[in-house]
Amino acid sequence: MISDASISDMFPALHQEIDGQKLVYLDSAATTQKPKCVIDAITQYYNHDNANIHRGVHTLSQRATKGYENAREKIATLIGASRAQEVIFVRGATEAMNLVAQAYARPRLVEGDEILVTQMEHHSNIVPWQIVCEQTGASLKVAKVHDDGSLDMDSFASLLSDDTMIVSMAHVSNAIGTINPVKEMCALAKKVGAVTVVDGAQAVGHMQVNFSEIDCDFYAISGHKMFGPTGIGCLIGKYDLLQETEPWQGGGDMILSVSFDETIWNKVPFKFEAGTPNIAGAIGLGAAVSFIQEIGYETITSKENELLKYGRKVLESIDGVTLVGASKHNAGILAFTVKNVHPHDVGTILDSAGVAIRTGNHCAQPLMERFGLTSTCRASLSVYNTTEDIDCLAKAIEQAITILG
Amino acid sequence: MSELRELYLEMVTDHAKNPRNRGKASPSDLLGTGHNPLCGDKIVVTVSVDGDVITDVKFDGEGCAISIASADLMAEVLVGKSFKEARELFSSFHELVTNDKSTIEVPRKLAVFTGVREFPMRVKCATLAWHTVIAALDNKKEACTE
Repeated sequence: MISDASISDMFPALHQEIDGQKLVYLDSAATTQKPKCVIDAITQYYNHDNANIHRGVHTLSQRATKGYENAREKIATLIGASRAQEVIFVRGATEAMNLVAQAYARPRLVEGDEILVTQMEHHSNIVPWQIVCEQTGASLKVAKVHDDGSLDMDSFASLLSDDTMIVSMAHVSNAIGTINPVKEMCALAKKVGAVTVVDGAQAVGHMQVNFSEIDCDFYAISGHKMFGPTGIGCLIGKYDLLQETEPWQGGGDMILSVSFDETIWNKVPFKFEAGTPNIAGAIGLGAAVSFIQEIGYETITSKENELLKYGRKVLESIDGVTLVGASKHNAGILAFTVKNVHPHDVGTILDSAGVAIRTGNHCAQPLMERFGLTSTCRASLSVYNTTEDIDCLAKAIEQAITILG
Repeated sequence: MSELRELYLEMVTDHAKNPRNRGKASPSDLLGTGHNPLCGDKIVVTVSVDGDVITDVKFDGEGCAISIASADLMAEVLVGKSFKEARELFSSFHELVTNDKSTIEVPRKLAVFTGVREFPMRVKCATLAWHTVIAALDNKKEACTE
């Protein structure tokens, strides 16, 4: 078991002061901090290996290509894809969702078709489908969420029908941390013949995910929420479905041959990666995968669960603090409100104490509305956090109550 | 920490906790709706006028301490002012909260927001009601801090 201090020591940005106070970073659901091994991998790439991939015959191009494709292999292994070709590099989970919406769904949907999502989705799993609905005449259905933040499975099941073509759901809610039973949901969706999409942006940094076991058709990953750099993510797709899907962006590298009479697409996954990709980002993400494997999901998940339990206990003991959507299965998110203190003020006062949290609607306005709120405070945990961080959070919340409560 | 104390001065927290001008101006000759997409706050400002003079300002809506206190104190300051004076006050107030070298003079009820200039993320909270009232005076009805 690696000690708390040694994990935190791997993250240079964590060791600084904000206005003379030790930084307490509790905003990992927005983006995780980066371990030194990730920063070093990117620096090493730019210092030594920088070149374009897949075409040059020179040494640097070969090194860059190898680094980029190695990262693809690493992601495939981590996520349990059946082969590396099932991994498409994109800018992030948002782009992955848009790729599925535009390249897979849009040409196939017609008026009368339905897309099913849940009430707890991030805007990135709502808006791409609204666009497709607008384009095709399909309609969007929404499964309800219980008061405790868990998904209402009866509502979900009742909305599945022969008209349901796509079912798209968050693996983990970004706003409240609920872990959805995606395997069960995909199995139900498959019974009506729907194609399943899982938004895994908030999952992979926290727990073991197995694409083949979940048996969804598409799975979206965000690099920067799993210790990797920003601007890189992956869409994992079932190989056969990817084969059937037409490209969504044209350009270099996504073609085998081009003439004005006929252009032939490159094979999967390259036909979805038009233009020079984020090579450094992919290599950084590969390093992040190695970091996760080194620490181990067992350590990550159990530590976060302990912190979550401790955090809930501490926050609940503060008079005036109410937890929001604190479901049993939760991936390290403490969503809360403070009586008589607006989340924005809580955020400012906490920042003055060095405590970084996120306040607002968390790009999940329909979920906020579900709970009758316009915004919440969100402290989100990662493997580098400690119980002392939670104590600092609690102390700063008490200060906010003193000032404004 | 001293910056935090400058932001949440007693007059600010007092007006945030107990706003005096929440409600609807009667008659509501002019109305503006303001929206801060950053935090989702919405505010409705109603204004009574007599010719070119503002005779009453009221606001309604939810918001943080800075935006509520700012709306409440703005309402107090604007009563009896002409449209032109109201615009000039907003211009001065805007400079006060955005320019950290500014020495501009404003009424005491607005000067309490000087501390906002140390918190750039909060400028929109302090100016939401002002954007909204100016939109009302301009008959634009809707204001957005973005």
